[in-house]
Amino acid sequence: MESTTETLGGGFDDAPRQAARAFRAALEAMARPGQLQQLGEVARAPAPCSPAAATLLLVLCDPETPVFLAGAHDSAAMRDWLRFHTGAPLVETRVAAVFALGTAEALAPLSDFAVGVPEYPDRSATLIIDGWASAHPVRLSGPGLREARAAELPMPEAFRANAARFPLGWDAYFTRADSLWALPRSTRIRMEGS
Amino acid sequence: MSAYNFAYLDEQTKRMIRRALLKALAVPGYQVPFASREMPMPYGWGTGGVQVSAAVLVPEDVLKVIDQGADDTTNAVSIRRFFQKVAGVAVSEATAQATVIQTRHRIPERALEEGQILVYQVPIPEPLRFLEPSEIETRKMHALEEYGLMHVKLYEDISRHGEIATSYAYPVKVEGRYVMDPSPIPKFDNPKLSMAAIQLFGAGREQRIYALPPWTEVVSLDFEDYPFEAARAPHACDLCGAGDSYLDEVITDDAGGRMFVCSDTDFCGERRAAGHVGRLGESA
Repeated sequence: MESTTETLGGGFDDAPRQAARAFRAALEAMARPGQLQQLGEVARAPAPCSPAAATLLLVLCDPETPVFLAGAHDSAAMRDWLRFHTGAPLVETRVAAVFALGTAEALAPLSDFAVGVPEYPDRSATLIIDGWASAHPVRLSGPGLREARAAELPMPEAFRANAARFPLGWDAYFTRADSLWALPRSTRIRMEGS
Repeated sequence: MSAYNFAYLDEQTKRMIRRALLKALAVPGYQVPFASREMPMPYGWGTGGVQVSAAVLVPEDVLKVIDQGADDTTNAVSIRRFFQKVAGVAVSEATAQATVIQTRHRIPERALEEGQILVYQVPIPEPLRFLEPSEIETRKMHALEEYGLMHVKLYEDISRHGEIATSYAYPVKVEGRYVMDPSPIPKFDNPKLSMAAIQLFGAGREQRIYALPPWTEVVSLDFEDYPFEAARAPHACDLCGAGDSYLDEVITDDAGGRMFVCSDTDFCGERRAAGHVGRLGESA
């Protein structure tokens, strides 16, 4: 019974309005790289998935978006929850994913995710990076940033390599508890210190 | 109102549009294809902008809709009423109070701020379309960054008219990469395209969405010896006296009488309320 509650629960009770508010935060995040957005109402998925990551999945995924689950996020409970709430097909390879969920380390190698094609750079993955082991100080600049912004980034080399392929590349959300921030491929990343 | 889902569109359609909007923000100036829906208004009346607005609106939003700068034209009034009915959002004619502004062919005079979203209605999203009718070809031209044809077009303008005669839908280059059609805004508005607000562009019939994140570098195409100039009629507004706003020319009789008025009705109204009076205006 407990697992049934876990699978069936955690969604929105007023999906159109709650999804609209959550998407607005996701939109602001993608438009302003590195700026933390606090979500009001959140969805809840089985551990270790954070409420912010669960909310993004609920707002953006449906039967048209193959999802790749990595590492500890790839549990039977999480698969059941995602299937029940979104109907998204689960895929076993990174290159087939439209969305991917996991820690930064579990999602690596990030270069395996779809980066789009020159005529259609939008045919690329969106990573939901739900936790990371270590982060390095970087400076972000580019569209959405009037001035360079300081941030902490796991695996900065992988993100720099992704940005270097612009306009190809994948885009990433970073989620923790009830908040999220984004790093689109258009953001230029400079290493700080060392 | 309960007869409609919030903001009219069904949830799966909104998810599809929302995914397109995120990719559009991630690749500024690039046209993302989307599965545009039939809307309860004809193509050419802002179906693209309406779909984008429906996908971004939240119940707490204050919506403003303008058509060529005016809040009181048929298109603006009908779209505003549409969202009042199907989303239950508050509406306003004041640019400063609005959180989402849907626009046809103008950027408001008042500088927009962080937290505001400007949604454009776009008729032809492809800036190269009148130069190259094939979508397969224009896709390839964007992929290869092959924009020579656009410069030839501007050059032909100069050789024929002595200046770049394009006065609206003036092409821009976004972040040094994609050439983009800013929709048919007057070129007077082009310098405002790099702004604090998020700008989203929706073309319903052509099924394309594109976007400019805040402070994206947007450069109007030009030549070193023929630099871009943001033109406006060399007059002051006849109602409010503003000398720096974009003006509409209005014929007032059949004897050649005419007046110039601000195209941004909210801007003009606020100035008149503050006591500014133009040549034909009445002091309050």
